[in-house]
Amino acid sequence: MRYAMAIDTRKCVGCSDCVVACQTENNVPLGFCRDWVVEVVDGTYPNVSIELRSERCNHCANSPCVRCCPTGASHFEDGGIVLVEHDKCIGCGACIQACPYDARYSHPDGYVDKCTFCIHRVREGKNPACVSVCPTKCMSFGDLDDPNSKIVNVLKNRKFKSLAPEAGTKPQIFYLI
Amino acid sequence: MHTRRNFIKISSLGLGAAAVIGGSVKWAVGAAPSQKLSGGLKSTPVWKKVSTYCEVCFWKCAGWAYVSEEGNIQKIIGNDNDPQCNGRLCPRGTGGVGMYSDPDRLKTPLMRVTINGEQTYREASWEEALDFIAKKMKEIAEKHGPESMALFNHGSSGKYFTQLLNAFGSNNVTAPSFAQCRGPRDTGFDLTFGESVSSPEVTDIRDTRCLVLIGSHIGENMHNGQVQEMSEAIDNGATIITVDPRLSTAASKSKYWLPIKPSTDIALLLSWIHVLIYDDLYNKDYVAKYGEGFNELKEHVRNFTPEWAYGITTLKPELIRHTAREMANAAPATLIHPGRHTSWYGDDVQRSRAIAILNGLLGSWGNRGGIFFKEGIKVPDFPHPEYPKPQWSWQDTLNGRYPLAKESITNTIIEASIPGEGNEHQIKGWIVSGTNLVVSVPLKEQLMKAMQSLDLLVVVDTMPMEITGFADVVLPECTYLERYDDLRATAHREPTLVLRMPAVEPLYETKPAWWIAKQIGERLGLGAYFNYTDFKEVIDWQLKQLGLTLDEMERIGVKRYARKTPAYIEPGADHQFKTASGKIQFNSMELQKAGFDSMPVYTPHAQPEDGFYRLIYGRAPMHTFSRTANNRNLVALMPENAVWVNPQVAELWGLKKDQHVWLKNQQGVVSNFSVKVRVTERIRWDSVYIVHGFGHKYKPLTYAFGRGVNDTELISNVMIDPIMGGTGMRGNFVTFIKDEPKKEAKL
Repeated sequence: MRYAMAIDTRKCVGCSDCVVACQTENNVPLGFCRDWVVEVVDGTYPNVSIELRSERCNHCANSPCVRCCPTGASHFEDGGIVLVEHDKCIGCGACIQACPYDARYSHPDGYVDKCTFCIHRVREGKNPACVSVCPTKCMSFGDLDDPNSKIVNVLKNRKFKSLAPEAGTKPQIFYLI
Repeated sequence: MHTRRNFIKISSLGLGAAAVIGGSVKWAVGAAPSQKLSGGLKSTPVWKKVSTYCEVCFWKCAGWAYVSEEGNIQKIIGNDNDPQCNGRLCPRGTGGVGMYSDPDRLKTPLMRVTINGEQTYREASWEEALDFIAKKMKEIAEKHGPESMALFNHGSSGKYFTQLLNAFGSNNVTAPSFAQCRGPRDTGFDLTFGESVSSPEVTDIRDTRCLVLIGSHIGENMHNGQVQEMSEAIDNGATIITVDPRLSTAASKSKYWLPIKPSTDIALLLSWIHVLIYDDLYNKDYVAKYGEGFNELKEHVRNFTPEWAYGITTLKPELIRHTAREMANAAPATLIHPGRHTSWYGDDVQRSRAIAILNGLLGSWGNRGGIFFKEGIKVPDFPHPEYPKPQWSWQDTLNGRYPLAKESITNTIIEASIPGEGNEHQIKGWIVSGTNLVVSVPLKEQLMKAMQSLDLLVVVDTMPMEITGFADVVLPECTYLERYDDLRATAHREPTLVLRMPAVEPLYETKPAWWIAKQIGERLGLGAYFNYTDFKEVIDWQLKQLGLTLDEMERIGVKRYARKTPAYIEPGADHQFKTASGKIQFNSMELQKAGFDSMPVYTPHAQPEDGFYRLIYGRAPMHTFSRTANNRNLVALMPENAVWVNPQVAELWGLKKDQHVWLKNQQGVVSNFSVKVRVTERIRWDSVYIVHGFGHKYKPLTYAFGRGVNDTELISNVMIDPIMGGTGMRGNFVTFIKDEPKKEAKL
């Protein structure tokens, strides 16, 4: 089982509903976020293009955060979901430094926090909150080992990229282009 | 100007009006059970689901408020069974809980008093505030007649105050949503097809093969169903053509982006019509069967070639021809989107007419992928005595102007509130419900004069807004999450019925609008019109008439009905349009009779002088009007607006990213606050862009105060559409002031 997400940049309008839904679903303190939207503008008027994409922890298969965590708080769960066990986290911030995606933040309660792929929902057979709320349905979540899953189907049929591949982290979030 | 009514900041004079009664605020966010991660992960707790429909914008998506055992609203999730949202709310709806938990909410009735010569508010009991309002309304009726009471409204609450005014004897009920927004579009389509495209719009974006957007920025305006359908259209490989001087989000998703010179849209539309007709691309069968005035139209557009339009719009002729051909290839599954906020340049009905005519030539109306026929369910009116007939009404405030206005115009009601010559009919009292007129209506001087002249100004809202500071009485309304409201009965692809019920008890001393209207009504001897103790009884009665029960609706939230009539013109059917002749009006006799051009004509509009740039405004997906700028669940996504400046312009002015500037318009109006510069290739060099709804200068909005600029304060040049009174707001040009203007003045 390998959980992954595919996000269609052709459909994302950058509305940030994923951010709000994550905050209310996961009780993220106001002023912090586990996911966010990036807008990249390229070209010169009127030959301009925009890429909009919703970003979050890439749940990397080769995770620098897990490797560098001195207490083992950052770890892999089933399906490759990278989690932080709050009770074990000492808030040293090594993982924040190690993450090439800037996906982690220091929670005011003293531990490091980030996207969990809404593991509590996934275990109930639901999609992560961001995926389930998105008005454009630009996100797909699923198991890369399941040949019948939507995400496998989507990745088979579309061109995609991942972020900072040069970091060698094997990110599990794919952007359809 | 009189100073009878000073502007009051609610927290002024330290009278404690904002310090407030009502006990502790139940914070909606931040109360969820903590999730210990890893092995001991808790599953989602079981929360009570309460049916509601969203009130952050007018789309009114059905949703569920999830309420914890402690009575906190944990989250709001769309109702899967609602075709308006398909279980997916937009960011504002998802963050709607912030309306409930906003610490700056109005908390108790407030009344204007003068202490030591200074005007301020004091807290009042509901009894006292309502008694005062009823007494004043009676005085107004005795002196001037009940027609002298007017209502300005927006949103669900308006209905109850409309009922109150109708029972009182006035139908001077108005809303900025007509003259400041969709009025030109509705009038233009009505003149052409005999009906408007309604709200939510009957646009078949889902099934379209070619979507054409004229300045419409779907995806930035988060009209949920339309955003969802545009995404489906992208999936289906539909061709999207976007006309916009700015690379909007929609433009960036389009196959063709036409970066038009602002204010020249009609020239482009006429040249498209020219190409469709003279290149023989229009839907001949459809036009022959349903059209009227085609030959006149053909003659009219003879010279409006793409080459002619090129000189006006800066769009290359081959691009105009090519896009016209794309539209024709996909027709009749082509939709030239009618837009929504269409009050731009004062000839907006004619622009909307041109859009309607294009749809007519392509056969879009009544065909899949174009415009479908809506079907709804009629909810019976709760029984009440007949309303008295007013002696005069809003039509009498038009004074012979705007002959084709089918709805009331805010500005003529405002005008009728200023004593003076030529005003046979006088408005003396206002109830303002859910609309921040100071920000939503242009022609500020007129508005200020009117407010100074009133005998009574009541503002009902959930939040302190600029308009609140001018009220004699401020009534705190509870949010949509704390009340019953009318059933949402939507006419669209299929009829739907949605229940809104309170998820939680109202915070503080706030009350639902139905209760407020009923209380005032009873004090005016109009109790018979409000023959219920709880609005729940009304809903219960209505549902019973429809063969439903409140119990069932509480369980399902949304009731869907199967259509009984076809959504499109059936093959072989002879469709009657709702125009007088039953045909599509390419050449409008109605317009001609009223003394206007019967077919759209391009009129050049003023262009900015050197050093000035056209002010274009629009929306951001995480904000609605000016009402979400204080919503703590949304503000972090966009705390303030920025002025978009083309890099060439930035270089000319030496402007850097995030530098603060003040904006000054061509009439010398300077923005109240500064705004950050966003240097971006997404905007033309002759224009700047700002998102509407920021620059609040009302201190009780503790978060929103002073963040960004308010576009409407810079919209002092208003071009009024003579056909229906729409207030065109795109005729303003701004320049940059790099140093604090107040310092400049001192020197």
